[in-house]
Amino acid sequence: MTTETTHKRRERIDRGIKVRSESLYALNSFEEIAYLLTPRVMLIAAFVLMPLILSPWPYWGRVGLSVCILAMLSISFDFLANYVGLVSLGGAFFYGVGGYMAAVLNTELGLPPILSIPVATLLGAAFCTLALLPCLPLRGIYFAIVTLMYPLLMTRIIEAFDILGGTEGFRGIDGFSGFFTEQYGLILAMFIALFGLRRFVNMDGGLVIRAVKDNDQSVRASGISVTWTKAKAVFLASLTGCFAGAYYIHMYSNVGISSFALDLSIMPIAATIIGGAGTLVGPVLGAAILVPLSEFLRDFGSLRIVVYALVLTGFVVFRSEGLMNYMTRKYQQVERWVKI
Amino acid sequence: MSTHHTKEPILEIRSLSKHFGGVKAVDDVSLTVNRGDVVGIIGPNGSGKTTLINCITGFLKPTKGTVSFHGKEITGKKPHKIADMGINRTFQIMRPYYSMPAYKNLVIPLSSPRAKRVGGWRGGGKHGDRDTVAVDILEELGFERDSRVPYKMAGTLPTGYLKRLELGRCLALRPELIICDEVFSGLSASEISSLVPLIEKLNGQGITMIMIEHRLAELFRVANRVMALSYGEKVTEGAPDEVINHPKVREAYLGSEEDF
Ligand SMILES: Nc1ncnc2c1ncn2[C@@H]1O[C@H](COP(=O)(O)OP(=O)(O)OP(=O)(O)O)[C@@H](O)[C@H]1O
Ligand SMILES: [Mg+2]
Repeated sequence: MTTETTHKRRERIDRGIKVRSESLYALNSFEEIAYLLTPRVMLIAAFVLMPLILSPWPYWGRVGLSVCILAMLSISFDFLANYVGLVSLGGAFFYGVGGYMAAVLNTELGLPPILSIPVATLLGAAFCTLALLPCLPLRGIYFAIVTLMYPLLMTRIIEAFDILGGTEGFRGIDGFSGFFTEQYGLILAMFIALFGLRRFVNMDGGLVIRAVKDNDQSVRASGISVTWTKAKAVFLASLTGCFAGAYYIHMYSNVGISSFALDLSIMPIAATIIGGAGTLVGPVLGAAILVPLSEFLRDFGSLRIVVYALVLTGFVVFRSEGLMNYMTRKYQQVERWVKI
Repeated sequence: MSTHHTKEPILEIRSLSKHFGGVKAVDDVSLTVNRGDVVGIIGPNGSGKTTLINCITGFLKPTKGTVSFHGKEITGKKPHKIADMGINRTFQIMRPYYSMPAYKNLVIPLSSPRAKRVGGWRGGGKHGDRDTVAVDILEELGFERDSRVPYKMAGTLPTGYLKRLELGRCLALRPELIICDEVFSGLSASEISSLVPLIEKLNGQGITMIMIEHRLAELFRVANRVMALSYGEKVTEGAPDEVINHPKVREAYLGSEEDF
């Protein structure tokens, strides 16, 4: 009889799953399916449980929702910057347009939130896309700087012409019917944006958008309009941003020119850097770190911004790839024992 | 050399000029391309070959002159509109999507309005289908189907494959006219001799070709007509052996006579 000891070696789980290319999977066992699904399930579970855990503390419930709001703005930024190649500093523009649009629909036309939010999302995204159309041929820093102007311009126009409530804005906007409606409505929307875009970028239509980032001349030579492709991408990104703005003003029942604040353009970049650029999930993680952090730092008063800056710098220096990319790499190195 | 010759003009270039400031990159060039032709364009470096192509395909606006396709003027139209009409080009400096696998590079043109309209690709629009059609086209171009090559990132492919990928983009669009900007350059002699039959085959399928080449020996195997440019001007046009014996062409190519 030969030796009874079974020989084993360590093997990376992902090796068998990934065949030929990133987009082709071969699943052979429950273990492998579990390996693929675990991270997704954990993310969804965390957000589904969040309202249940936070329900005794409405204040922290709102903080949880601010995470989702920032997450949506960051997903929108990440999508435009890392899949389309348009580095947009216009997050506040999407957000403010969505917010004001919903406020007008609710206070002037009397639409309830269940209608005002989706209608404001669609109309707002159409407005933002049309407004950005002239900038689409711009690239890099030029696109960034021009998009930065849009929210600034909106505040000045509202102030100067005293339209849309002027510096006062709108008050008395309808709120949501209850704590859990408010919580799960936004969480659901965030997941639709996240998983919808993640799916889209891997479909043929999404591939064309990524191709524009890679090589727009080849896209032209393929008989595809680059401007039209970019416009479609900007529309998707504005949908996400406008929804966040529209939802937020219904949470707090008022809207003002602070909806066009610079923070709303800058914070998504920070969240994307911390969480991992080009992953769409990373920005959600980044938001989940940044928002609570900035809450805890309230007690530090003016030192808050210093601590904040240190955390950001730390991430950029020590984990410049972002949490998500780091964790993906580590997760892919998880090994199992196999008999040989 | 093309056998069927109907003499139906499909591309007409009339007195085309393109000036960059004081530089006359293309100067008063006229050329008619008939259906089924393989027209070679030769000329020393900087003689305006690529600029002429860019003017035809809409990547540059000509300073003067017109371009018509099937009798319809296309001068100054947007590049994607011209590509959509069936005039498809390769780039001299290859422009693959480096961050995508080779076959995904072809999914882009396969997703274009033209491919959807005239493609007739088996099965139509679904995701998986385009992937298969892309690999089919790559196989026709000499990417071994069962090797990993079609699935490799374009950024890791050697020049020979990238040149074929350029051709692949044209083929995915079901072109009427392919304009090749130096597809042979940078390739080894054996790679070229494997591409020559492919060019003949495509021409046999009824695709008209314009080929810019420095590799004259190989070009003359496939071209039925040749135009020579020098300093942006047309020197002569005619059958390959006429052109090559033209004194001005010999002068322009002096020192590289072993090519002939
Ligand atoms: N965008 C541009 N701006 C200014 N000058 C240009 C531009 N493009 C080309 N030229 C000039 O036009 C002339 C023709 O260039 P072109 O690239 O068309 O030559 P070519 O025949 O394709 O050369 P090669 O064999 O090296 O590819 C050259 O003198 C070149 O410097
Ligand atoms: Mg050239």
